[in-house]
Amino acid sequence: MQPIIEVQHLFKKYQDVTAVDGVSFTVGRGEFFGLLGPNGAGKTTTIRMLYAFSPPTRGVIRIFGMDIARDWRRIKARIGVCQQDNTLDPDLTVEQNLIVFAGYFSIPSKEAKARAWELLEFFALSGRRGAKVMDLSGGMIRRLILARSLINRPELLILDEPTTGLDPQSRHQVWDRLEKLKASGLSVVLTTHYMEEASRLCDRLVIVDHGKLLVEGSPEELILKHAGRSVIEIGGPDQALRDYLKAHAVPHDDLGRRIILYTPDGNELSHAVRDNFCHQQCTFRTGTLEDVFLRLTGRELRE
Amino acid sequence: MIQLDDISWRFVKVWKRNLVTFQKIWKVNFITPLLEPLLFIAAFGLGFAGLVGAVRYAGAEFSYTAFIAPALIATAVMNNAFFETTYASFVRMYYQKTFDGMLATPLSIEEIIIAEIVWSATKAAAAAGIMLGVLSAFGYVQYPSGLLVVPLALLGGAAFGAIGLFFTGVIPTIEMFNLPIFLFVTPMFLFSGTFFPVSNLPTWAKPLALAFPLYHLVELARLACLGRCETVPWLSVVYLVVFAALFSALALLCMRRRLIK
Repeated sequence: MQPIIEVQHLFKKYQDVTAVDGVSFTVGRGEFFGLLGPNGAGKTTTIRMLYAFSPPTRGVIRIFGMDIARDWRRIKARIGVCQQDNTLDPDLTVEQNLIVFAGYFSIPSKEAKARAWELLEFFALSGRRGAKVMDLSGGMIRRLILARSLINRPELLILDEPTTGLDPQSRHQVWDRLEKLKASGLSVVLTTHYMEEASRLCDRLVIVDHGKLLVEGSPEELILKHAGRSVIEIGGPDQALRDYLKAHAVPHDDLGRRIILYTPDGNELSHAVRDNFCHQQCTFRTGTLEDVFLRLTGRELRE
Repeated sequence: MIQLDDISWRFVKVWKRNLVTFQKIWKVNFITPLLEPLLFIAAFGLGFAGLVGAVRYAGAEFSYTAFIAPALIATAVMNNAFFETTYASFVRMYYQKTFDGMLATPLSIEEIIIAEIVWSATKAAAAAGIMLGVLSAFGYVQYPSGLLVVPLALLGGAAFGAIGLFFTGVIPTIEMFNLPIFLFVTPMFLFSGTFFPVSNLPTWAKPLALAFPLYHLVELARLACLGRCETVPWLSVVYLVVFAALFSALALLCMRRRLIK
């Protein structure tokens, strides 16, 4: 089947910075696709090129089989975009925000009203229909932006950090709705800083850094390959442990006051570590996408 | 750089968005054009006209208040359109990110820019219409030619809206609008034949007034309301059309450079 998004050798250069440096990927129909990376990795730049906001310096983007440089208007009519910034209209009420936005897609006003009603219901905003946007909480604003991005019944939804700044309750509510949308067959591209979010929602993801694609795979595959099924965090490691790890060539990250071991599950090695080196503080846990992310993109601050 | 095939009637949707927000506070929006001419007529009619008496203009004599009445409409057109595409558009662009949201839909940047300019002209024409009604009550307007003020306000509004949006495309911060207001709007307000005929200016200063779009709008408004003017009317119309077209194109180029990264 034809992929819904095809990106080939995509470049975006600003005066002296290369924000996106030769990225290629595809997204299949019905797939929930994640685009992860630290701040400044080129995620938002890539996403903006996907919804024809910024023109690429070089490279090809095909969505629904059409070239975005030529058929941008037809493509945009069929995608929904949830931007990182709050672009809601503070001069309008909750419902008017949806109806006016529907106008930009040339949706007749009667149809727009029906869809607005339905979407406000779906995002638990019906009670705030006539409220001013400025009176909404952060969680409600996000849900309204999501509702607005679905007003044209898109086949592809593009989400740029949809849960940044939300409290856990709101975040879980958004995840719940996104899972429902996914179950209905919607294709989604998501960028996020929350690895838990990516693990839970994404069928497949890529991690980018410095404008380049580092890895690609399902969350499970990536965890197995780059972190391991189980992880041991050892606080206050001593020289004996370091020597042992070196001698047995165990994959680990030495953070000075803490060592993180990546081991296959039920390995003898982990037993040996447990019995001999857990003097102070030892945490046994499963490997996570966060481990993968930090191992691949490093632990230094980016900003 | 300007893609003509990216312009469609969709711009009406953006225009409508501005109309919806305008309607929310329509009472406030209508108070200014309703009261402003009354204030000016009161101040100049009661206080100033005694000093001036009659004004000799384009070969006829007019009372001072009748002379300035059409200019008040033209000035309101300038203020409404210019302030709409400077402060109001800047807030939409920079603080509310309204245009960013629109650019995620099938709208093109060309359509957004055109809608902003057409909207500012509409708002200016609405204000001009209300002022026309108020000034007619004083007998300062001839009919039916006076009705031409409304289409003239659309044209003039497009000219001032376009140059306002051009400033919005280049200005770094909202505070810096003080500069074009001080250097462009205020001198125009004073020297465009608004409060005295340009023919009273010394010879060297006349070409300056001729370059002001407000001068041409004032003259055309006088022609509509009083039946007389100093300029060649069709040349003034052409001047305003060219001014509006030129600055619409410049506004588009600058706004594109500012918004599309």
